[in-house]
Amino acid sequence: MQPRGTEPMSIRGAAYVAGIYEHPGRDLPTHTIWDIHTEVAMGALADAGLSMGDVDALFCDGTAGFGVLTLCDHFGIRPKYVDSTETGGSSYLAHVGHAAAAIAAGKCSVALITLAGKPRTGSPPVQWAQGPESGFESVWGMAGAPHSYALAAQRHMYEFGTTSAQLAEIKVAASTHAQYNSNAFLKNVVTVDEVLNSPLVADPLHRLDCCVVTDGGGALVVVSPEIAKKLGKTQAKVLGHGEAVKHTNNGRIDLTYTGAVWSGPLAFEEAGVSVADIDYASIYDSFTITVLQTIEDLGFCEKGKGGEFVMDGALIAPFGRLPFNTDGGGLSNNHPSNRGGITKVIEAVRQLRGEAHPAVQVPDCQIALAHGTGGSLGSRHGSVTLILGQHDA
Amino acid sequence: MNRLPTPAPVVTPTTQAFWDATSEGRFMLQHCVACDAVVWFPRNHCPECFSPELSTFDCSGHGTVYSYTVIRKVANAYKEATPFVVAYVELKEGPRIMTNIVDCAPEDVSVGMAVTLVFHDTGAGNALYRFRPTSQ
Repeated sequence: MQPRGTEPMSIRGAAYVAGIYEHPGRDLPTHTIWDIHTEVAMGALADAGLSMGDVDALFCDGTAGFGVLTLCDHFGIRPKYVDSTETGGSSYLAHVGHAAAAIAAGKCSVALITLAGKPRTGSPPVQWAQGPESGFESVWGMAGAPHSYALAAQRHMYEFGTTSAQLAEIKVAASTHAQYNSNAFLKNVVTVDEVLNSPLVADPLHRLDCCVVTDGGGALVVVSPEIAKKLGKTQAKVLGHGEAVKHTNNGRIDLTYTGAVWSGPLAFEEAGVSVADIDYASIYDSFTITVLQTIEDLGFCEKGKGGEFVMDGALIAPFGRLPFNTDGGGLSNNHPSNRGGITKVIEAVRQLRGEAHPAVQVPDCQIALAHGTGGSLGSRHGSVTLILGQHDA
Repeated sequence: MNRLPTPAPVVTPTTQAFWDATSEGRFMLQHCVACDAVVWFPRNHCPECFSPELSTFDCSGHGTVYSYTVIRKVANAYKEATPFVVAYVELKEGPRIMTNIVDCAPEDVSVGMAVTLVFHDTGAGNALYRFRPTSQ
């Protein structure tokens, strides 16, 4: 036996996602973000069969006031482990990985992760401190995520011949799923032509290549195996997690791939599974190009072949080659606070529990992947891959 | 033809020399004395080998479009200038830098096209570096 402390540590099986909750609201004019944090926290704890008094670890992003300080005060709790990792919309997947590691290390046993925001009805924009690159990126008229992601889409098209019609297939699949979700912001099924005929926002991205802007939020409860056993109900087992930051690399930015090329292998290795084992995937869909590049980078197809891969209904549940985003994703259902990471985990857990809408439930879904992409493909972003399994996986 | 606004950039003690040079029509790149890397964006260490020993040189002003987008709608200072082009230009010296393509219609911009540096005075003691199609 190796001396204590030298064993390679893994989070495989060290924790379970025991509670999930997606706020049903998409327009919440009379809520504060703190009201939303409370509602999603209570929702996820009730789903797990736990209460706020059981929480001994708290995770949130960097937009929630003074982060965990504000939220501990607001909730009225005194956790022994806190984490405000901020990687944009991928933060909440990182939080699951970090919570599992903290649980494995014996630091805590009931971790609460919450997200809330109101981009539709009144959150002031988050004020970030200016980065060292600011003077060189903020003067050219770029004003939002679509502009940055468009740069990635254009280069991908140039190198690999990817077409706007192929990107549109991704929105078509998401909208096909959203028709079954009564809470979805957009419930209408769209065609490739409708995507192509929607106005160009930033060439080559059309309006329907972009995710929705919604108020709302979500929460997750991650627990130790001991707590999971006591709770008894169906939970999702954390099998693996990987995270990476991709940036401009000293002027050598390559817009054709994402940080999933690094986060993916870490997660697959830890989980001990391969792409062929993935029954369902929640793939971050801030834009259609985000999905296409991620599918390639995670290894579901060869680099540059994502356009071919997504055609012919490949992403449509339950029988496509890679059923994805069965809640309708950020493209049609919900992208609360301009961050789609927590909803990616929530739908993956629904699939593993067999609780997705019957029209899109993948039969006997045993292994699910959730991937988050936060920040901008056109400059710097955080990629986090999470692999979850059924309770006995 | 310059129909784009020329907002003054954020200048820090680290980037003062770079922006001062733009007022003289120079685009200055850093070079790492220790490992020979070209450094972009300006900083006080080499992000390749972490050495603090950096020298500077003027770039040739020639490059090609690495990627671009045509922005159709914005709510910022560029509101009246739509549609306009934001691009990454790959300089002959290596770095891919974010900029605007000017002096041509947005539909005439393409990935791989040759471009040449121009400067647009901000009125704040420096100039924005932009690129126009290279004359044949």
